[in-house]
Amino acid sequence: MEKPTSRFVGRITVTQHGEEIVRPLGPENLLLRGARLKNTKEIYGVAVYTGMESKMALNYKCKSQKRSAVEKSMNSFLIIYLGILLFEAVLSTILKYAWQAENKWDEPFYNQKTEQERNSSPILKFISDFLAFLVLYNFIIPISLYVTVEMQKFLGSFFIGWDLDLYHEESDQKAQVNTSDLNEELGQVEYVFTDKTGTLTENEMHFRECSINGTKYREVNGKLVPEGMTDDSPDGSTPQLINEELLFVKAVSLCHTVQISYDQPDCLVGGGDPFSHTNGFSSNHMEYYASSPDEKALVEAAKRIGVAFTCSNGDTMEIKTFGKSEKFKLLHVLEFDANRRRMSVILQDSSGGKVLFTKGAESAILPFTTSGEIEKTRLHVDEFALKGLRTLVVACRHFSPEEYIDVDKRLNAARTALQQREERLQEAFSYTERDLQLLGATGVEDKLQDKVQETIEALRLAGIKVWVLTGDKHETAVSVSLSCGHFHRTMNILELLQQRSDNECAEQLRRLARRIKEDHVIQHGLVVDGASLSLALREHEKLFMEVCKSCSAVLCCRMAPLQKAKVVRLLKTSPEKPITLAIGDGANDVSMIQEAHVGIGIMGKEGRQAVRNSDYAIARFKFLAKLLLVHGHFYYIRIATLVQYFFYKNVCFITPQFLYQFFCLFSQQTLYDSVYLTLYNICFTSLPILVYSLFEQLVHPHVLQSKPGLYRDISKNSLLSFRTFLYWTVLGFCHAFVFFFGSYILMGEDTTLMGNGQILRANRQLMFGNWTFGTLVFTVMVITVTLKLALDTHFWTWMNHFVTWGSIAFYFIFSLFYGGIIWPFLHTQDMYFVFVQLLSSGSAWFAIIIIVITCLFPDVMKKVFYRHVQPTSTQKSQSLSSPQEQTLSCMESLCCYQQGQSGCSRLAHYLEQMTGQCQATSHCHASSRNNRWEGHRRQTMRIKSNKASPPHRCSLDYRL
Amino acid sequence: MMATSYSAKDEDGHITVSGPGAGTLRSKKPENTAFKQQRLPAWQPILTAGTVLPAFFIIGLIFIPIGIGLYVTSNNIKEFEIDYTGVDMSSPCFNCSQNYSWNSTRPCTCTIPFYLETPYESNVFMYYGLSNFYQNHRRYVKSRDDSQLNGDVGSLQKPSKECEPYAYHENRPVAPCGAIANSMFNDTLELFYNNPNGTKLQIPLTSTGIAWWTDKHVKFRNPGNDPNLTAAFQGTTKPVNWRRPVYELDSDPENNGFINEDFIVWMRTAALPTFRKLYRIIQKKNSMVPTLPRGNYTLEVVYNYPVRRFEGRKRVILSTISWMGGKNPFLGIAYMTVGSVCFLLGVVLLIIHHKYGNRNNSADISN
Repeated sequence: MEKPTSRFVGRITVTQHGEEIVRPLGPENLLLRGARLKNTKEIYGVAVYTGMESKMALNYKCKSQKRSAVEKSMNSFLIIYLGILLFEAVLSTILKYAWQAENKWDEPFYNQKTEQERNSSPILKFISDFLAFLVLYNFIIPISLYVTVEMQKFLGSFFIGWDLDLYHEESDQKAQVNTSDLNEELGQVEYVFTDKTGTLTENEMHFRECSINGTKYREVNGKLVPEGMTDDSPDGSTPQLINEELLFVKAVSLCHTVQISYDQPDCLVGGGDPFSHTNGFSSNHMEYYASSPDEKALVEAAKRIGVAFTCSNGDTMEIKTFGKSEKFKLLHVLEFDANRRRMSVILQDSSGGKVLFTKGAESAILPFTTSGEIEKTRLHVDEFALKGLRTLVVACRHFSPEEYIDVDKRLNAARTALQQREERLQEAFSYTERDLQLLGATGVEDKLQDKVQETIEALRLAGIKVWVLTGDKHETAVSVSLSCGHFHRTMNILELLQQRSDNECAEQLRRLARRIKEDHVIQHGLVVDGASLSLALREHEKLFMEVCKSCSAVLCCRMAPLQKAKVVRLLKTSPEKPITLAIGDGANDVSMIQEAHVGIGIMGKEGRQAVRNSDYAIARFKFLAKLLLVHGHFYYIRIATLVQYFFYKNVCFITPQFLYQFFCLFSQQTLYDSVYLTLYNICFTSLPILVYSLFEQLVHPHVLQSKPGLYRDISKNSLLSFRTFLYWTVLGFCHAFVFFFGSYILMGEDTTLMGNGQILRANRQLMFGNWTFGTLVFTVMVITVTLKLALDTHFWTWMNHFVTWGSIAFYFIFSLFYGGIIWPFLHTQDMYFVFVQLLSSGSAWFAIIIIVITCLFPDVMKKVFYRHVQPTSTQKSQSLSSPQEQTLSCMESLCCYQQGQSGCSRLAHYLEQMTGQCQATSHCHASSRNNRWEGHRRQTMRIKSNKASPPHRCSLDYRL
Repeated sequence: MMATSYSAKDEDGHITVSGPGAGTLRSKKPENTAFKQQRLPAWQPILTAGTVLPAFFIIGLIFIPIGIGLYVTSNNIKEFEIDYTGVDMSSPCFNCSQNYSWNSTRPCTCTIPFYLETPYESNVFMYYGLSNFYQNHRRYVKSRDDSQLNGDVGSLQKPSKECEPYAYHENRPVAPCGAIANSMFNDTLELFYNNPNGTKLQIPLTSTGIAWWTDKHVKFRNPGNDPNLTAAFQGTTKPVNWRRPVYELDSDPENNGFINEDFIVWMRTAALPTFRKLYRIIQKKNSMVPTLPRGNYTLEVVYNYPVRRFEGRKRVILSTISWMGGKNPFLGIAYMTVGSVCFLLGVVLLIIHHKYGNRNNSADISN
């Protein structure tokens, strides 16, 4: 994940007045493509990372393609079919040569070879015979399957974006599909890995409580009220902050990287002294922008309390404490990183005193504090966490001049180092951030999103295991987990926390495993923290997986972004190979989103990075339920049937050809005319399955959503199991045998089936030829194969009717037309009037009907039998829903008559809409493209946050 | 530091257009149409015992009578078959069959007596049947030139390559070219009724109306507009195995050349190695006398066509036909079988319906 730009290391030497000044250059000095410059007039720049080093070029190579489980099983089916093809070709070739051993079959007097054929080498002949058989049977490998699947996926994916239930009114966001390849994977998810902040929660931070010097405070109406006291001070009286409180609030309002934006663009660009302008602005015109919502919430809270952060310009910061301006010189910013989990600023106040403010996770700061109410604060932090608040600890350090010089030197040296800059910076940072004086802690609330509990419950009922992965501390995580229904009160919560050594960790894991075994009645939940997880993963992966699998909910806290991906990969590569889904909203979830089988981005406040790297993007977590339970179900059943039906219909298609070889001396004579061979997959049988695979619904969406258990019916790729595959293949072969031998027997050895067609002309009994025989088989086949799909269709819209009956009609019309003309450009006129002759024979009709029915009724019987004897829950819910729902009759659906709208008027309505849209969209397309382009350019430069604490991270734009 | 001072808000995609266009910003809200919301009105049939039950009974009830009808019809068709290959020493054609050569100058004739036990009332169709003759061999099937047969003069003089090695003979184009034409069946079959009074009565055989109308009138055409076929076929040579050139197949100009019906029938290649082809029709003369009364008959064969080399058989079949075609009991049997199986399954379904039908509806879905 680490891209070279985030490790950018450079040094600049500026010669000023004959003096060389060396300045460090880091990622923060990089302007990424499309970044916009603000608050400055001009810069000097050098282009770096160009050409093949550009982000786009680098990412292009390492982008891995995700393939769905359906696609994988499709490929293994293909290999089986390839085997069948080779087997048939080899068998035919061998039998051909066995026959040809005798001259009377090889070259009877009535059928001599040409000189050329006689003289060609036997090996060459053998090879060409084998290849000819391969060509003859190649239709068993359904090439058109891939075309249809792609089409289905592409067209089908529109339904996600169109779904009103996945549309978020407030943010005007609809669901977005980035990869249509994975639609069906949505129906196969077994594990959901979800981020917490911004995914389960709104990522809207509100400052609630703080702890200053061992006393707890709440914020009430813009005032800090100590615990146990009520807000009884009269309005308007100026609240006074005592020393510690003031220092704490100042620290909060200074230790951050928040930017200010003024409505008036001329705020800071006047050049000279920026501070002269600031007085003119009321706070209404000022807005804070932060890469981390926590920081923003804290700075805003500080402003409400009375310490307003008013201006920052390069290396000065200004705050107004109850109207009194105070200027600080910003000496250093020790940026946030995921390892340190804290950030610091070093400031010089007006009196020249240098002070370091630091804030970060309590585990990252408390060990380095030397003074302050450490124990009490720790207690308060835990209390905050139990309430589900996000906690940060604030500390400071006053430097003596000597100390500062030392620190300054080290920091500068580290920053300008060209080699091992990161390591040296880490060293310098930890050298600086020590001997801290604890000031207090903050508690920020992040509200849960709407309907998170219901969604998680639904997912659990659907047999999906939900893992929450978060960077928060474990108390916060557990309390949020409990409040969002991820953990139940009744759950037995197991903990794997703060393991320091391998052995300890293994011991704890074994203990947990034993507890689970003893107590298998109730559900278990597991809490793991990042450190223990990495220990568990290093040595005891198996044991850990075992424990995890028997827990119905797992919560991983204190996770680093890469650890999230690691957990996903661990599950993904476990022996059962479950299908995983990762959902998150921030840049720190990107690795996990890319790692999981299905990556879902939440369009939240954390920017669009997750969205762009995801396969699907939705606006709210609650939409996940519909996306999986309804859309996933639909796409899966559709594609599963699509794939198997394709194999089936091609087996039906080509097996009679194979059988025919036994009757024509394996001479590679085709049974069907070449036009029929070509058009079978393209015209005659393509549309019904495509329409089926776009519109099929086994169960009504509402039922699917209200009964998540139906999701279990399709889990583990059950519709594409080897058994069902075998069923369809065997069915295909059986049907092919019935087609061929049915026609063979009914037409008779003596081709007496050819009736006289007394209706048309008197007393003629004419002869059938091989082409008529082939056409009879083909006709029966087209009808049967189409009707077989009709039997499997549960959702008959007018389009299904149209393409099903239309395909059969088209076949008849086409055949009449094709056989009705002597085609001048065709070499042979084999098919001339063959079809008409076939249809004019009464017994041919009888034969067609009987063969079609013979093929289909065992299948109907099987369906009915299984439905009654072993109904799946899907089938149960079908029969349940049908009486309640208002269902249409066959005829009604044919003309889609509903609510007084006839099919034709509806169709006209659609057409109108479509044409109207075309006109309307022509300009709005252009504008949206512009917007998007602009969006791209702006998004390219971005600073991302890790949620746990305020961070600075340069992150990147991968996909374009 | 400058680079970081862009506003984070831009990321969210809330790009509000400032200026006059801001108010008209289109919502991304999807349209609430039945199509886009996958709510198209639809018929949702469910295959349960209750719904398919009537279908099974109906199929059963319809198919069984149809099957009986077909079977009876097929059984009423009278068919008589004579194998005249002459494999046995005792067979009248044994001597002729020993001749393996196709072009023996002296025609070999044999006479086969037979007895019809029942009179044939309606028109009788006379077929010749061949077995083990692979008309469906790929090399054979494609060995023809349809444009030559369609009267194309260019193709007449320059037959298609597909006809090889039957395209040219002695440097002259073969008409009709190809293996199919070359191997045309050339036995002559004649039928005599042995009157009980001792006279031998030749039965008139109609040799027209045995090919598809479209074949005779559209697909096959003599070359040129010259009614004199000898001139039209000038410059071509007859197929090697033929005794006579194509323009001497029949004396009737409407049945000569490429539009000779025996030729057209032969050119329609059979699907299977055992096949029969229509040879002649014995028309019913008047309604009083059966077409072929009960009695003794003689079949006179001019034995030209050698089949013993590929273990072939030659037969003559006399058959009446019905509205459903020739004798084929299988269609009737198939209908009866499927009909009764459907009926039986219907009964099974009825049981299932009663036993499981109620349980099914009350069952709830376990989560």
